[in-house]
Amino acid sequence: MNIIVLVKQVPNTTNIKLDPKTGNLIREGLESIMNPDDLHALEAGVKIKEETGGRVIAVSMGPPQAVDVLTQAMGMGADRAILLSDRAFSGADTWATSYTLSKAIEKIKDYDLILCGHQAIDGDTAQIGPQVADWLDIAQATYVREIESINQNNAENEIIVKRRLEDGFERVACKIPVLLTIISELNDPRYPHMGQLISACEQKAPIQVWNAADIGVKTIEVGLEGSNTHVIKTFTPNFKRQNELLEGSTKEVVSNLIDRLKKSDTSISHRL
Amino acid sequence: MTIWIIEDKCDGCQRCIKVCPYEGIEMKGNIASITDRCTSCGACIEACKKNHAIESDIEPRPVPDFSDRQGVWVFAEQNQEKLARVSLELLGKAQELAKALGQEVSALICGKDVSHLVETLHDHGAKNVYLIEDDALENFRTIAYANVIEDLVLTHKPNILLMGATGLGRDLAPRVSRRVGTGLTADCTQITIDPEEKLMYQTRPAFGGNVMATIACRYTRPQMATVRPGVMEAMPCKPEDTKIIRHEVSLKEQDIRTRILEKILEKKPGTDISEASVVVAGGRGVNGEKGFAMLRELSNLLGGELACTRLITEKGILPHDVQVGQTGKTIRPEIYIACGISGAVQHTAGMMGSRYIIAINNDPMAPIFKLANWSIVGDVNEIVPEFIKQLSSGGAS
Repeated sequence: MNIIVLVKQVPNTTNIKLDPKTGNLIREGLESIMNPDDLHALEAGVKIKEETGGRVIAVSMGPPQAVDVLTQAMGMGADRAILLSDRAFSGADTWATSYTLSKAIEKIKDYDLILCGHQAIDGDTAQIGPQVADWLDIAQATYVREIESINQNNAENEIIVKRRLEDGFERVACKIPVLLTIISELNDPRYPHMGQLISACEQKAPIQVWNAADIGVKTIEVGLEGSNTHVIKTFTPNFKRQNELLEGSTKEVVSNLIDRLKKSDTSISHRL
Repeated sequence: MTIWIIEDKCDGCQRCIKVCPYEGIEMKGNIASITDRCTSCGACIEACKKNHAIESDIEPRPVPDFSDRQGVWVFAEQNQEKLARVSLELLGKAQELAKALGQEVSALICGKDVSHLVETLHDHGAKNVYLIEDDALENFRTIAYANVIEDLVLTHKPNILLMGATGLGRDLAPRVSRRVGTGLTADCTQITIDPEEKLMYQTRPAFGGNVMATIACRYTRPQMATVRPGVMEAMPCKPEDTKIIRHEVSLKEQDIRTRILEKILEKKPGTDISEASVVVAGGRGVNGEKGFAMLRELSNLLGGELACTRLITEKGILPHDVQVGQTGKTIRPEIYIACGISGAVQHTAGMMGSRYIIAINNDPMAPIFKLANWSIVGDVNEIVPEFIKQLSSGGAS
């Protein structure tokens, strides 16, 4: 099976620090990592390749330093990696990003399966997967928590997956080619293999860098210029409430709290 | 396309730095300087009107004439022929937006047999309801629904299209936005109409809720946004002269490319935390399963539901559907009792909208106290049993 895995380099938002004076994000020292859900997508891709044969190509769009996540992808078992990097790509919204990725995928051509993380932790939009699927005019399944079977030999040529729903899950048969967005329940990603990591670092050859001209897009179609949405402003959220610190013995603070709740304008106040 | 600074004209006022959404400008000595992060968006040029110290070769993108794009639309989500609550919440917001624009509110609903839901949509502010019924729409399937909405949007040309940021909405909305050639903003927490340009301003959290970004879709229509359940409020209000517009579609099974083999319900009934008026939530400071049994007792006494942070779900103590926060649910109960929760933004993003917040934590520096109405610095294992004791005995003994 020919598999393409889309990966993204993101700042590790779990330990973000804000400047106490300005409230701005402190970017210095902010660690860059592979987006957590994308690790699960890569693991799924490599595992399918090991079982059915074929190849895995990891694709990322980002600044030159995003090559790090592709090196990691090679270490985990990707056969090739392609970085889409060009000043013209910067400032892209999900429309322009998904367009850029889909043009690269069209250039790669042979694919049965496209895998990506359900969402990236820096934007949390979960839009890239479905939008790439739509540019390519192929089927999609999101929130995939299990890949049940791949039936590529019969006339159906389909893959059966389990998708997580709010109240359970559903089993869906998808025509190949298909794009799947992966949630962390699917698997446990492997650690990069040291030998593969070293060969990925040494012979840079398997990691190619493609720019706008390489994938045949005009600069006005990508990046900020090609985007449909634009950021008007950013600000640090401010949540102010009247705060009261309840002090005293355990008994006192609890009875004070119950008093406050009895006097509150809530549906339970009369029941206390 | 580039932006540059005319150093002789820059007086170091830093206005450009303040307006730059991308941290694309920094001070080098007393003069502004463009960094690698610049995306040539041009916000700084506007800010530097006084000195004209910033120039660029960007040609302004013309804004097309959208006078034929009318109406605020809400995609009404239904599952097993039941309306999702978020759709009624969105109709509440849509009424406000439509008023600011002087336009009408419409809902669109697809399914196999859903005409009985139209009345509820009218009752919550939808003047027009676009109704699409077809056997192929019985279960939600992305391409089938996307085809239908694409057809409707291209025919009727709405100005705004809102969808719930539910599992279904987050699967469908991006596909629809790509199909109709427009932008989409996910998980908005605030939506307003800019009085000057009449654009929809869409505010959403980014970087795990550490930063809020206001986004607009100036050059394409419809302006599309998804909103999480529980963020907006439903406003029952029946407009005059309501209309039902049936829309016929021809869907071919082979074009849809997916088949639902089966649906398996996993959830126990009666534990939807987004519907509860009281939520008792626990985090790291709660002592495992035993501690949560205690919290459950408290929530039962208050007629509420039990919820938790991501860590607790990851440990397998409670299921994902009661996890509150960025990667879980957004809820706005009347009372939220945070027990042993430090208050990382990833969690608070999901509960900030609660009417009253009570925080119990033994760390006086825990950020959760900044959000709380009533703060108790103390051990959850002492406070909660006392709380239970006093509630059961009907007051302090």
